[in-house]
Amino acid sequence: MKLIFERSRPGARCELLPPCDVPAAEWTIPLRATPPRLPELSEIDLSRHYTALAKEAHGVNDGFYPLGSCTMKYNPRINEEMAALPGFTGLHPLQPIETVQGALEVLSTAEELFCEITGMDAMSFQPAAGAHGEFTGLLLMKAYHDSRQDTARTKILVPDAAHGTNPASAAMAGYTVVSIPSNEKGCVNLDALRAAVGPDTAGLMLTNPNTVGLFDENILEITQIIHDAGGLCYYDGANLNAVMGIVRPGDMGFDVVHLNLHKTFSTPHGCGGPGAGPVGCREFLAPFLPVDQAVRQGDGFTLEQSMASIGRVKAFYGNFLVVVRALTYLLTLGREGIPEAAKNAVLNANYLMHLLKDRYQMAFTEGVMHEFVITLEEEKKQSGISAMDVAKAMLDYGIHPPTMYFPLIVHEALMVEPTETESRETLEEAAQILHEIIDRAHNEPEALHQSPKRTCIGRPDEVAAARQPRLRYLFPLN
Amino acid sequence: MNTPNDLKYAKSHEWVRFLDDTTALIGITDFAQNALGDLVFINLPEVGDQVVSGEVFTDVESVKAVSDIYSPVTGEIAEINEELLDQPALINEDPYAAWMVRVTNITDTEELLDASAYEAACAEEEG
Repeated sequence: MKLIFERSRPGARCELLPPCDVPAAEWTIPLRATPPRLPELSEIDLSRHYTALAKEAHGVNDGFYPLGSCTMKYNPRINEEMAALPGFTGLHPLQPIETVQGALEVLSTAEELFCEITGMDAMSFQPAAGAHGEFTGLLLMKAYHDSRQDTARTKILVPDAAHGTNPASAAMAGYTVVSIPSNEKGCVNLDALRAAVGPDTAGLMLTNPNTVGLFDENILEITQIIHDAGGLCYYDGANLNAVMGIVRPGDMGFDVVHLNLHKTFSTPHGCGGPGAGPVGCREFLAPFLPVDQAVRQGDGFTLEQSMASIGRVKAFYGNFLVVVRALTYLLTLGREGIPEAAKNAVLNANYLMHLLKDRYQMAFTEGVMHEFVITLEEEKKQSGISAMDVAKAMLDYGIHPPTMYFPLIVHEALMVEPTETESRETLEEAAQILHEIIDRAHNEPEALHQSPKRTCIGRPDEVAAARQPRLRYLFPLN
Repeated sequence: MNTPNDLKYAKSHEWVRFLDDTTALIGITDFAQNALGDLVFINLPEVGDQVVSGEVFTDVESVKAVSDIYSPVTGEIAEINEELLDQPALINEDPYAAWMVRVTNITDTEELLDASAYEAACAEEEG
């Protein structure tokens, strides 16, 4: 397709901005010598450009999107309607507080409800994404240890099945990462954990259910081992969709939690979101949360700043309209709907795994929750068909591939998370397609190596894409 | 799998070529490069850095993931193979020619395996 610069025609223009409604002011800063080389387009050309881009993308509104650990559920339209209310979209973050009482009520109500779901006592909506939430949560832990002059705690324990963001966030927060091996069931190896803890343990980062889709049945013992060593427990909320409204991280023994509103609570996801990774914590960590916090005061709401706060991690109140969408989702589903969504997410994953398990080898089948992991290790040895080949072949059938080559503890992994919003028919159709792909892997492996055929791009050179990305438009020389 | 007989191997999939008693070249094995897939980036330590047997001394990034590389010896980095920084794919092409670092003043090593013991360890790991 043409780039927007290639669609540009000198002199073409469109009137998208309303007339200026404030008096013109004299510009005293020196102007740039040459005008910026912006593309010049009429409204219809601009519209066609974005429609063409949309046609080459795949979202959950186009088709099945079982991207493991990402929870690509359908986002109900009502979320968008609420976020588009002019009372919200017209807000300025520096407006006088008496004029933004409704917005503060949104933040305060969302905090209350999310604390109920997570078993936490306070929550900040500032972090803009999951990894940002992890980083913020680790800073809370660090601030806590520092406040007690307990400064020899330099290590964060992370299971080897963890999301890659966990060790990255811990390193960003200045900690040394200690990897804890998994046991044969794909859960935390308790002996290795006991051997790793000590006076230098700042805390543990864990996601439960974990990245192979299993609920760690030793979770209470795990958090106890960390607490006994004087560390804190961090819950990576990426997989909360399996247990929301059923089990609370706080009751599992966690002290800090981040949520991915863009995963679990149906807000826009992928291609830049914007996301939201709110961080919740127990009472004793609340003074360290980022400022400002919306709090109820009498009949209204006010903003509070704790002197012990780690400070701001993002301007103002985070991606506020994302919180509006997530709150809409919570209120739409209600107290009965939230656990029912979690149960259906688990049911859908187990049903799809059941439809596939005779043809695809599963890494683990016992106690699978909201996602399952296929391993093509044997298949690759026998027929030469890899996880990459199956993933690429799915594109030709209009299905977004599952997460590939993750978790790292499973070789040739495909991690499948159907979510609760897919129908039984969609799951059965996907299973039928995956059966067809494995048949083709045996009958015409060469064709599978060359798929996809029906997409705008086939198999990009991943090494060149990583090493020599060309992200800048080169203007032709006149 | 290619496992030359004249090298020593660590269970964490590094090979060691001793040039004399206290100097060695270190790289990653054919098994390792095959498991990692196409490499796109490699970090290397700096000359003069101390490395400790069994501890991470650098990392590589493939199209699949970033992976730590463990040092099979304790010693000092005397030289790095700068060619790899621009062409990490050399490790995929010939992992035993693509040495990563030369270590001197070696005072200690991991429990190093010969070729057949290393192959057995890999077979066990593959299950």
